[in-house]
Amino acid sequence: MRKARYIVLVALAAVFVVPLLWMVLTSLKSYSTAQQSPPTWLPDPVSTYGYDRLFQPGSQNPVLLWFLNSMLAATLHAALVLVTASTAAYALARMRFAGRRPIFALVVATLFVPPATLIIPNFLVADTLDWLDTLAVVVVPSAASAFGVFFLRQFFLTLPRELEEAAILDGANQWQVFVRVVLPLSKPALATLTVLSFLSNWNDFLWPVYVLFSADRLTLPAGLGLLQGAYIADYPVIMAGAALASVPALLLFVLAQRYVIEGVSRSGLKG
Amino acid sequence: MHGRATPYLFLLPYLAIFGVFGLLPIVLGLWLSLHQWDFQLPDKPFVGLDNYRELFSADSLVFGDWWESVRATAIFTVASVPLLVVLPLGMALLLNRSFPGRTFFRALYFAPYVLGVAVVGLLWRFLLDANLGLVNHLLGAVGLPSDTPWVTATPWAWVSLVGVTVWWTCGFNAVIYLAGLQDIPAELYEAATVDGASTWDKFRHVTLPGLRPVLLFVVTTTILASANMFGQSYLITQGAPGNETRTVVSYIVERGLAQNDAGRAAAMSITLTLMLVLVSVANFRIFRYQED
Repeated sequence: MRKARYIVLVALAAVFVVPLLWMVLTSLKSYSTAQQSPPTWLPDPVSTYGYDRLFQPGSQNPVLLWFLNSMLAATLHAALVLVTASTAAYALARMRFAGRRPIFALVVATLFVPPATLIIPNFLVADTLDWLDTLAVVVVPSAASAFGVFFLRQFFLTLPRELEEAAILDGANQWQVFVRVVLPLSKPALATLTVLSFLSNWNDFLWPVYVLFSADRLTLPAGLGLLQGAYIADYPVIMAGAALASVPALLLFVLAQRYVIEGVSRSGLKG
Repeated sequence: MHGRATPYLFLLPYLAIFGVFGLLPIVLGLWLSLHQWDFQLPDKPFVGLDNYRELFSADSLVFGDWWESVRATAIFTVASVPLLVVLPLGMALLLNRSFPGRTFFRALYFAPYVLGVAVVGLLWRFLLDANLGLVNHLLGAVGLPSDTPWVTATPWAWVSLVGVTVWWTCGFNAVIYLAGLQDIPAELYEAATVDGASTWDKFRHVTLPGLRPVLLFVVTTTILASANMFGQSYLITQGAPGNETRTVVSYIVERGLAQNDAGRAAAMSITLTLMLVLVSVANFRIFRYQED
């Protein structure tokens, strides 16, 4: 029985892992090895052909630049979400003021609006602001997401009020209470939100494809779409590009697995 | 900072972004849908509900393409949602025991989800390549046909799009189920065991009822995600054959952004949203009905 469980577990694991392994193996093959039919499993000899072409200086596809653009965009996006969602969530969790309920209701309501349906008007807004083809357009608009506010508000509500009240008795104002008491207590939730925001921005595809135009402004996912057309059937290059985009995401997942799983688990329990 | 303004100052940064990129687009979308909005034309005349009417009149410019895309999205949703509801539940049940390596396997199953659709699309476009792809090679190795045109002909293209999406996202639903399973009190299972319930009885009368809210969440979010599918068909089948696998979202962005027809595209977006609202409401009703 126990053995049967492990057989199923391993077989299932193979389904998820083999394609990723194949990506990495192919990225290390030479062009001719990758063209062989039937394909060989191991790159023999190991070749840097794919990566050489991917990072070719002066290429029409500046992949390294896309990588840096993506890094910068995802980092700024995660920071922006962290600041805006935590302050808003704290006000909605702990403060009494006119308009609190309608504001929260409005934010939650947008959780149910599929983002793809807002893409046309959002494009026009970005155009009006002269943000098309800039860094801001892939950093800021998606920070309007309601998830972060909702997620952090629920977390703040679980914190014991006594600590905040004690700080106020000691003469702290609300900003000081927030920064010195609430945020340090919320590290796990903040870490979760940071990792999830980074990943969603790092992986975003539809929006950057349509709002970025210049070759040197693209994010990595938007650029990867172009690689497929530029290197038709030249799979070592395409897989090297895919591997390049995967490594930071997988690395972050391995390092912050607890926070990713925690964030995803919670989203279901609140449903 | 004890003043009346304090809460609003805390809210200000978020609300500024939310107002401009969360609320304004909703209002603007409604407004656009009532106008003939061409980026290149100076005049954007008010056309009332014409953009909506066109979606339902067989002689209009967009009718054929629009309904072909609705059909594509419907096929994809109907085929992918049941798999994405059932398979992850099986995975979660498999993982819902304590055994060495549990966290490790959970991480492996979830791993594809942390990759973006661009990576997943490129990777599977390669794996499904009719000549050089691993999928046909493996099928051939076990004596099955090894020349299936996975991405260029239906129904194979549908099998590919659904299969890739299941591979990509089923770990996500599995993790949600797993959290739900761990919330079911162990006493319920103990009581059922004392009553002599079989494994199937326990699943039917303890697990499923205990998972009801989670199940509703999974079904609703999976339908929404499937109905908004874009990247997989954009990268893997490129809508082929013809425009058979071009989804609603693909058609909306193509119409609205590539062909400068924001008014009609906005009307399509809103129609899609309304369709999804209907589906979600039906969903909530079905789940509530079962509760009574």
